[in-house]
Amino acid sequence: MKFMDEYRDPEAVQKLSEAIHSTVTKPWTLMEICGGQTHAIVRFGLDELLPSQVTLLHGPGCPVCVTPVEKIDRAVAISRMPDVIFCSFGDMLRVPGTTGDLLQARAQGADVRVVYSPTDAVRIAQENPAREVVFFAVGFETTAPANAMAVITAYREEVPNFSMLVSHVLVPPAMEAILSSPQCRVQGFLAAGHVCAIMGTSEYHPIAERFRIPVVVTGFEPIDLLHGIYMCVKQLEEGRFEVENAYVRAVKEDGNVPAQQLVADVFEVTTRTWRGVGELPFSGLCLRAEYQQFDAEVRFDVGDTVAEEDSECRSGLVLQGLLNPPDCPAFGKRCTPEHPLGATMVSSEGACAAYYRYRRYAREAR
Amino acid sequence: MCLAIPGKIVNIDVKNAWNRSGVVDFGGVTRDVNLTCVPEAMPGDYVLVHVGMAISSIDAEEAQQVFAYLREIGELAELEPVQEPEQ
Ligand code: SF4
Repeated sequence: MKFMDEYRDPEAVQKLSEAIHSTVTKPWTLMEICGGQTHAIVRFGLDELLPSQVTLLHGPGCPVCVTPVEKIDRAVAISRMPDVIFCSFGDMLRVPGTTGDLLQARAQGADVRVVYSPTDAVRIAQENPAREVVFFAVGFETTAPANAMAVITAYREEVPNFSMLVSHVLVPPAMEAILSSPQCRVQGFLAAGHVCAIMGTSEYHPIAERFRIPVVVTGFEPIDLLHGIYMCVKQLEEGRFEVENAYVRAVKEDGNVPAQQLVADVFEVTTRTWRGVGELPFSGLCLRAEYQQFDAEVRFDVGDTVAEEDSECRSGLVLQGLLNPPDCPAFGKRCTPEHPLGATMVSSEGACAAYYRYRRYAREAR
Repeated sequence: MCLAIPGKIVNIDVKNAWNRSGVVDFGGVTRDVNLTCVPEAMPGDYVLVHVGMAISSIDAEEAQQVFAYLREIGELAELEPVQEPEQ
């Protein structure tokens, strides 16, 4: 596909890898924010093309992974209510809650459906006026415009039986939380390209300045990732800490202004709890008061849920770049994609799942 | 989850003032895509699509930048002595 295949060209990959090798003189630790980037790095073995001095840590950028247990429990409880059709992106179905996941709820009779787009859920609501249709709205800034569009559609087309269980999160507060931790080892960030396609790059200037850390906006194909890594190590070697863009074909400095407006019309910033990380102020989005009629948590009373995290799972450390998945004692033994103990083993973009899929045998072979 | 795929706009159908959509071709597979957030995009343009929504237009000129840059690196490398001795 155009704008994809050419960014996988082996010769260009080789050239960039050489450029990184000849630039690096000292050890550097970078973190890629986005789970999609983690997946691509591990899948294409990009980390293995880097000089041994460059370490990549995997960041918290997987909305599926950071959705708190309490929200999963609410989702399961709502899906089990009579006359409810519960719609979700596929990845969320196997994320373990305190007492099971959405897939188990479906096996036990709940009407749980996977949709490609949030507006598909609005259409299902229009086609089923006698049922309540609830959409599980998770995601980062990238997904917020599509979710906002679904709310606007339901509002304009007067779809009273549509609502949303919102668990939206924002990237910059998580970066600040990681950098503020005393155990933080991150010296440079590869910022999430598609988050920046929406939000632009302005949010990162205060972070780069305050923490004296380079932030390079990076895409998802092998060349994009190596280009981002190259620009980041170059800054580190030269003692600079700036916001740079290695994904110019998709990211403008101002981002996508109509998308920002759409999101601001429907959502407002709120405090959110991140699974494995904890509560972060101003780190999420919730529906504005004008759209509260579409808030599933207002519409359905599921009582107070007492959420319990599996005590063996160390995904909190994985999500903060403090533990490499294969170093978790449960990895590949008691925890596999078939029987996940934590969300990072479920989502295709979770670091644990990426290592299980592409690196399971590598360790044994070594 | 933030996966976005590049596709080419085939046609555009403005349903109403708040909702612009169209058909986008992803290497032979076509899909309805919401184009509200890329008001400047026209048929033939490439957009990045995430969960049914175009989140950005792809700048074809900027898309070449990394390759131009690689050529520069290549030329520089040819001028400079080779890093590792060959043999
Ligand atoms: S391997 Fe499994 S148990 Fe260990 S951190 Fe990852 S998800 Fe949790």
